[in-house]
Amino acid sequence: MLKILKYSFYDLMRSRWSYVYFLFYLLLGVVLLFLNNDLSKAVITLMNVIIILVPLIGTIFGVMYYYNSREFTELLLAQPVKRSSIFLGQYFGVATSLSMSLVIGLGMPFVFYGIFNSSAIWDFSLLLVTGAFLTFIFTALAFVIALRNENRIKGFGYAILLWLFMAVIYDGIFLMSLLYFEDYPLDKFSLVATMLNPVDLSRVLILLKLDISALLGYTGAVFQKFFGTNFGLILSSVLLIFWVVIPTFFIWRIAKRKDF
Amino acid sequence: MIEVKDLYKKFGKNEVLKGIDLTIDRDGIFSVLGPNGSGKTTLIKCILGMVLPDSGQISIDGKPLKNNFKYRNEIDYLPQIANFPGNLKVSELIDMIKDLRDSKATKDEELIDLFKLQPFLNKKLANLSGGTKQKVNLVLTFMFDSPLIILDEPTNGLDPISHLRLKNLINAEKEKGKTILITSHILSFVEEVSDEIVFLLEGKIYFKGTIAELKTKTEQPDFEHAIASILSSSYA
Repeated sequence: MLKILKYSFYDLMRSRWSYVYFLFYLLLGVVLLFLNNDLSKAVITLMNVIIILVPLIGTIFGVMYYYNSREFTELLLAQPVKRSSIFLGQYFGVATSLSMSLVIGLGMPFVFYGIFNSSAIWDFSLLLVTGAFLTFIFTALAFVIALRNENRIKGFGYAILLWLFMAVIYDGIFLMSLLYFEDYPLDKFSLVATMLNPVDLSRVLILLKLDISALLGYTGAVFQKFFGTNFGLILSSVLLIFWVVIPTFFIWRIAKRKDF
Repeated sequence: MIEVKDLYKKFGKNEVLKGIDLTIDRDGIFSVLGPNGSGKTTLIKCILGMVLPDSGQISIDGKPLKNNFKYRNEIDYLPQIANFPGNLKVSELIDMIKDLRDSKATKDEELIDLFKLQPFLNKKLANLSGGTKQKVNLVLTFMFDSPLIILDEPTNGLDPISHLRLKNLINAEKEKGKTILITSHILSFVEEVSDEIVFLLEGKIYFKGTIAELKTKTEQPDFEHAIASILSSSYA
């Protein structure tokens, strides 16, 4: 698997898109620091961007990579390589290179601005770790969708829908249901609903760490009340790991049974 | 060497293979023929483990294929469509496949020489023409010394001189006592190189034997007419 990972990674490191993605984050970091002139505020703005954008890019890139490397995958399948290693290797290759673009692209401007001497260093690190998690989660989901759909247009469609649902529609439905059922106790419902969406989960995780109660929102507040800040942080991190492991398991399982 | 027993495969409602029994137990060149959609590629992909059969067994050298991937070390496969990651250079692709197979003893340089690929070694695969890609494909297939070679439409996109070189190459491999499985639609090519043919029709083996036997069976004077007579009688 490591060999496949290495080659997928090299392949991506050379593609124009990795650089576009990297430069985009570099620019974003510089502009935010320039406009905010304050590290903590820049971190908060960045959170809102990362939480929406990283899943989108992970999804699109994952689907695109899978479909583009299809013939290459067939070449690999005829080699004495285990099936699961081919797909897991490709997945980790894509997710790692995307995470690297994110971490290095955003990290550089903040390092030069003096993040190491600032109290925001842990907040910022957590932000990058969450961003990497989201990349791994949504790339895995994208691979699952692409493996399930031979038709590229359909695959892209489902992938975009998934992102739209997780990033936008889910919150809408969630809020509506909170309003609609306001006469009932909703603590547990909203806890579960938050855990079922990695985007919400990341948001709560970062906001708990930043400890800005005004921005926590209903779910964040419930989370904090229910679990406390520290336990809440640990729990949401563990859940994010589950969100990576479960789709990865599905990649493995679907790949094992698929015809090429 | 290859033993296929009662192989069934369907894609959705489309039954592609309906009980294939095939034993290839000697060296030589075997051509798998059949009209479009008769299951040639599916059969080959089943042997390679790329398509998982619904039922039936395949074994190579007595070892069943299920949950086994190492046997592919003994197979050189030429896929039908030559498409490679565009960001890689030709030389890098060759090194990569060598690396994946852990094989040191290869004859890639000899083959690069044969197909005159030196000027392309440092070019990216995305910038190569279809024929040149097919030549790279051939180098990747023939550079290992495996006892079984599977070629899916090997003549696709080749110019006449490369075509000729390919034929010599196939014959040279046969001399070494290898088993070679070919699918092709170019009957003159098949007639020239193959020792035996396997004719697939609607997911079953319609005929297996030498070309001379086929001619006697169909009572036709030449190979092309023999094939045509099978097809017209099945379509009628």
